[in-house]
Amino acid sequence: MINVLFFAQVRELLGESSIQVEAITEITTAESLRAVLASKNEQWGKVLVSDKLLVAVNQTISGWDMQVENGDEVAFFPPVTGG
Amino acid sequence: MMSASLSKVLVQTQDFSVAEEYALIADDNRDGAVVTFVGKVRDFNYGSMVTDLTLEHYPGMTEEVLTHIIIEARERWSLNKVTIIHRVGTMALGEQIVFIGVTSAHRKAAFSAGKFLIDFLKTKAPFWKLESGEAGKNWVEAKNSDEEAAKMWNKP
Repeated sequence: MINVLFFAQVRELLGESSIQVEAITEITTAESLRAVLASKNEQWGKVLVSDKLLVAVNQTISGWDMQVENGDEVAFFPPVTGG
Repeated sequence: MMSASLSKVLVQTQDFSVAEEYALIADDNRDGAVVTFVGKVRDFNYGSMVTDLTLEHYPGMTEEVLTHIIIEARERWSLNKVTIIHRVGTMALGEQIVFIGVTSAHRKAAFSAGKFLIDFLKTKAPFWKLESGEAGKNWVEAKNSDEEAAKMWNKP
């Protein structure tokens, strides 16, 4: 399984803070995981195709071509605003 | 925690005491400079009144990123003690959000590192601000000016 986390307005708009996703063969990268999640319904598609969306694979902000495999933790979130 | 007890990273809901944090880092006579920065909840953002702020973060990754930012600062300047405290949860108007403290032999390193740390924290650490006020609840948008401030440090 892939442990998928959502934060801030992404979490709010999807109505989920974390989900477990089966590591199916279509999922090879952060981008393909995003595509699988975005196909769930119209709302998820809208939120997850935002060009401002960031992804962290195993707690490191990554490019969309970052490899994703079974057991990974992948988080999707908007640009950060701390400080 | 890292580098013995010279670096301190805390992510916590409770407030912090600037006097106590200052005393903890300012006790080494090899240091001629102590620079501290405190970020607070301010009253007005994007033209509407703010009454309180809720900080969300990514537990685990946050501490990792802050620790890494300190390592980067230590590679650039000769620093002695470095403290970063960032609060999460809900804070009222006027409350403290973040503390950065840096000590060094000389002021130039301490000032530069302090600015570097807050600039990098603002653009790299996974925190998100939700403002509440007269206009309801509103997720704060990332500012281009913050991104520009962080990019300045990449220039040779």
